[in-house]
Amino acid sequence: MAQAVEQSKKAAGSVIIIAERCKGCGFCVEFCPPEILELSSEYNAKGYHPPVLTVRDLCTGCNICGMVCPDFAIYGYITKKKTKET
Amino acid sequence: MAEELYDIEVAVPENPIESFLRMDRMPHIWCPGCGIGTTVNCFARALETSGLDLDKVAIVSGIGCTGRVAGYVRLDSFHTTHGRAIPFASGLKLANPSLKVVVYSGDGDLTAIGGNHFIHAARRNLDMTVILINNFIYGMTGGQVAPTTPIGASASTAPHGSFEEAFNLPFLAESCGAVYVARWTAYHVRHLTKAIKEALLKKGFSFVEILAPCPTLYSRRNKLGDGLDQMVYYKNSSEIKNGAETKSVALDLQGKIIVGKFVDKERPTYIDAMNEHFRKRLGDRYIPSDENKEPNPCLERKSRSAASAGRASF
Ligand SMILES: Cc1ncc(C[n+]2csc(CCOP(=O)(O)OP(=O)(O)O)c2C)c(N)n1
Ligand code: SF4
Ligand code: SF4
Ligand code: SF4
Repeated sequence: MAQAVEQSKKAAGSVIIIAERCKGCGFCVEFCPPEILELSSEYNAKGYHPPVLTVRDLCTGCNICGMVCPDFAIYGYITKKKTKET
Repeated sequence: MAEELYDIEVAVPENPIESFLRMDRMPHIWCPGCGIGTTVNCFARALETSGLDLDKVAIVSGIGCTGRVAGYVRLDSFHTTHGRAIPFASGLKLANPSLKVVVYSGDGDLTAIGGNHFIHAARRNLDMTVILINNFIYGMTGGQVAPTTPIGASASTAPHGSFEEAFNLPFLAESCGAVYVARWTAYHVRHLTKAIKEALLKKGFSFVEILAPCPTLYSRRNKLGDGLDQMVYYKNSSEIKNGAETKSVALDLQGKIIVGKFVDKERPTYIDAMNEHFRKRLGDRYIPSDENKEPNPCLERKSRSAASAGRASF
């Protein structure tokens, strides 16, 4: 339980993957800072393997994946903003 | 007192890049692992954070895979003939000085057939931003040698490898008079975004060279793997040296890549120099173009006749 809470504290983001646009270059997989993307074994209609998010809780929503993706096929976003209480 | 953290739920946003693109033109033509699309993300983000009025930004490209950028971004844009992006952009800027003019094109387009225009635009310090995608080769036409092809690299017109000294583009740009010069790679998305933003906000001739993978014609032919292998090479072999002497930043085949901001200085722009010169020479008889707000009667007439013919204006 303590660990789950710990993880949800880190869970600040998520990604949207537009699988049909992906050309399987692997940039997002390689450069995701927490290394939580991998190319799936599934094919899209063009015959490429789009990425999947493996550990949802570790995504920070940093959008590095979106910035490196040359095909505009993935983007990260912040789901929970951590705000300091004053 | 210990600071407490609490969470705020946020709705799923749209893909931030889409509002910047002409989505009806997607998917784009670029190959899997081509780095041009990555640079477009950085350009979009840089524009967004620059605070520039997008209705006042115009983008001009030449011909080549990179030249396609002008057709994909939702800005006023013009896809010129091969090598002529800078002359078109120069005319655009001089006729309408309130525009922010950006040239986005390939290494072959801007420094081979268009090399002459590049050196003179830098010499005159024309107020424009030039974003050059260096993939070391002519992509669109099948992998011919470019002025940037490193010695030893194979190309379709150099099957035994190129033996020509390649251009060191930051050095070329600085020598000709550019006031802002930076080099990054498609791997350095954050630095690159910042550099493009700085270049956009710089008055005068600003130049950003971006190394980007061309897996189809450059790296495959040279047995350097795919686009991802090139990105990993950029990551592992780049050294950030802001302020490095541009003389020292030449590239060689798979060698070390010096990246950073190399030049950031002030110099009168072409328009400023022209205005100052003619004001001195002609006094009140001189009306600078941006103060000359008289409507152009020819243009007035044309737009009226287009409207009366019931044609949509666009
Ligand atoms: C006047 C003229 N000469 C030659 C061509 C053929 N041509 C089209 S693109 C190109 C070179 C493209 O290379 P580069 O500018 O490096 O862009 P890339 O495709 O690598 O992005 C050439 C030679 C042309 N379109 N027009
Ligand atoms: S948003 Fe960041 S952490 Fe999440 S998948 Fe993309 S690169 Fe990885
Ligand atoms: S970077 Fe984009 S195109 Fe490449 S594998 Fe990831 S989602 Fe697909
Ligand atoms: S040929 Fe090279 S530069 Fe052109 S789209 Fe393909 S990978 Fe990109």
